Amino acid sequence: MALAKITQVTGRGVFVPGNDIDTDRIIPARFMKCVTFDGLGEFLFYDVRKHADGTDKPHPLNDPRFQGATVLLSGANFGCGSSREHAPQAIQKHGFKALVAENFAEIFFGNCTTLGIPCFEASREDIAKLAAAIEADPTVELVLDVAGQEIRCPGLTVKAVVRPSARDALVNGRWDAIGELLDGLPAVRERTKSLPYLAA
Amino acid sequence: MPKSLFEKVWEAHAVRTLANGQTQLLIGTHLIHEVTSPQAFGMLRDLGLKVAMPHRTFATVDHIVPTDQLVEPYRDPLAQAMMDELRKNCAEFGITFFDRATGKQGIVHIVGPEQGITQPGTTIACGDSHTSTHGAFGAVAFGIGTTQIRDVLATQTMALGKLKVRRINVTGRLRPGVYAKDVILHIIRVLGVNGGTGFAYEYGGEVFERFSMEERMTVCNMSIEGGARAGYVNPDQTTFDYLKGRPYSPQGAAWEQAVERWRGFASDPGCHYDDVVTIAGQDIAPTVTWGINPGQGISILESIPDPARVEAVDEKASIEEALAYMKLQPGAAIKGTRIDVAFLGSCTNGRLSDFQEVARFLKGRRVAPGVKAIAVPGSQIVSLQCEKLGIDKILSEAGFEWRAAGCSMCLAMNPDKLVGDQLCASSSNRNFKGRQGSPTGRTLLMSPLMVAAAAVTGSVADAREVFDVGPSN
Repeated sequence: MALAKITQVTGRGVFVPGNDIDTDRIIPARFMKCVTFDGLGEFLFYDVRKHADGTDKPHPLNDPRFQGATVLLSGANFGCGSSREHAPQAIQKHGFKALVAENFAEIFFGNCTTLGIPCFEASREDIAKLAAAIEADPTVELVLDVAGQEIRCPGLTVKAVVRPSARDALVNGRWDAIGELLDGLPAVRERTKSLPYLAA
Repeated sequence: MPKSLFEKVWEAHAVRTLANGQTQLLIGTHLIHEVTSPQAFGMLRDLGLKVAMPHRTFATVDHIVPTDQLVEPYRDPLAQAMMDELRKNCAEFGITFFDRATGKQGIVHIVGPEQGITQPGTTIACGDSHTSTHGAFGAVAFGIGTTQIRDVLATQTMALGKLKVRRINVTGRLRPGVYAKDVILHIIRVLGVNGGTGFAYEYGGEVFERFSMEERMTVCNMSIEGGARAGYVNPDQTTFDYLKGRPYSPQGAAWEQAVERWRGFASDPGCHYDDVVTIAGQDIAPTVTWGINPGQGISILESIPDPARVEAVDEKASIEEALAYMKLQPGAAIKGTRIDVAFLGSCTNGRLSDFQEVARFLKGRRVAPGVKAIAVPGSQIVSLQCEKLGIDKILSEAGFEWRAAGCSMCLAMNPDKLVGDQLCASSSNRNFKGRQGSPTGRTLLMSPLMVAAAAVTGSVADAREVFDVGPSN
């Protein structure tokens, strides 16, 4: 199956401030009691979005102005902690197509890329500028250019980088590696021969 | 040219370079559990693929298992569904499953080493970020997501970019009452929760040379809390002694050959490191976290940070956020903070030596009134070992509930959860908001003996004062 070439993402943004936002916060563990990823979108950021009785807390994702946003912006070390793919799955199923942060935790970054979610790294100042533009006009359309390494909106262009291997995978439509990994199976079998612990 | 262990293991397992520049890396050992694997098997079926090397894939059940109910069906039907799913998947694809009935079930990062599956010079992947634990044996071990679990199931490989290597030396000796847990909490405090991004951590120095395998595992386990996807210790005689005679260890003539090969994987003297950090062992104190990430830790003798005294805007904001959540007073001593729950266990500190050390000092003492204290062995084997040594009795008599093996209250996917804003002294690895099962629950990370000290006194305490741990100079 040919994968989409993800060269550009356009959409409205929402800024969720904070550093070190961990995957337990993105999707609390109790929502991982499931054998599929279906329905995870509604539990995104659940405990910071909802009171115990299920009513809304003040949170950017609950703000009517930002409904329909497809680009999530945040601070540094986004997605730290657990390797749970439930986190990017919840983000994607909630409707987000791209993430912007100062930087990302490693496992989370890889999980996002594998799902075709580009993770853009931008400076704190530039993220603040984008957040201000979104705050001033929540309907402003952001253009996130994977190949061009920048994010544009009317009157503002900032540098935003997707790491090279992820960028290559996204723009060339090979972000899901399974096809390529399967193609390598003969070489894998060859490699196995030099590693005694893999003998059947 | 001299090479690091990471480089040697990487080269031995690199299959080829992929179009995007990443490496197709052979994963010799794949460990799976019930939470992150069911969707991967679903993807495998959708694609009509088989498991490439079922004999190198091992499963156990740990996250969702109740620790107070051994008989199925479990009270929680979702937990039972996950259990059934894993059983079905293992049977269908011919994967060894350390189910409860085998007597070998436990937390995946405790089972692998215990069985001798975790070996030096190998690559290991598991859908769990604490897979870094296995690096204690000189393996290169990665936590992966579910789509990558599918990749490893289908091809026994994954796509990965090469990491840089940071050597972390801990020199000299640790003071009495200072444990491996304090070492890693200290390292994370110094280097930051994202200081390890892009790196594998190689731990060494006299402190690690003297450490037992279980202590090495505690440190490697929390590498990911410092942002490092992998952490390892070079294999040595301690490693080989631990592995000898275990069920999956090489036997007979193959044993000597294996040890010879394993020795060769250790980093060569003079090899290149991308960074080197040195920490004096004697500078490390019993460490406790006060905040909402594992880097927010202080020595038991220090005060909780006061954001008013911090200049950096960022740090100020994160301290304020943490203190608001933790309901702790800026500038107050951490010592004396009242606790509600004491939790002993997890893949960080749920091994025999952890319970042995606690039992050594807890004999004849009592958990303070009003404190709920639970002790959860990391595996059925750890449980049995503890019971043979009477450790379960010492802990029970002290007022700890002695439970069945699993992840339990580390992440509270089973019925063991904090309630409301309870404060928990915990030997686990994460103090994130809501981590222990209540959206407002609060976690203080510390060593097992510090958990015991907090349990006995009802508040955060210096274990060196509560117990006679020897002179602290």
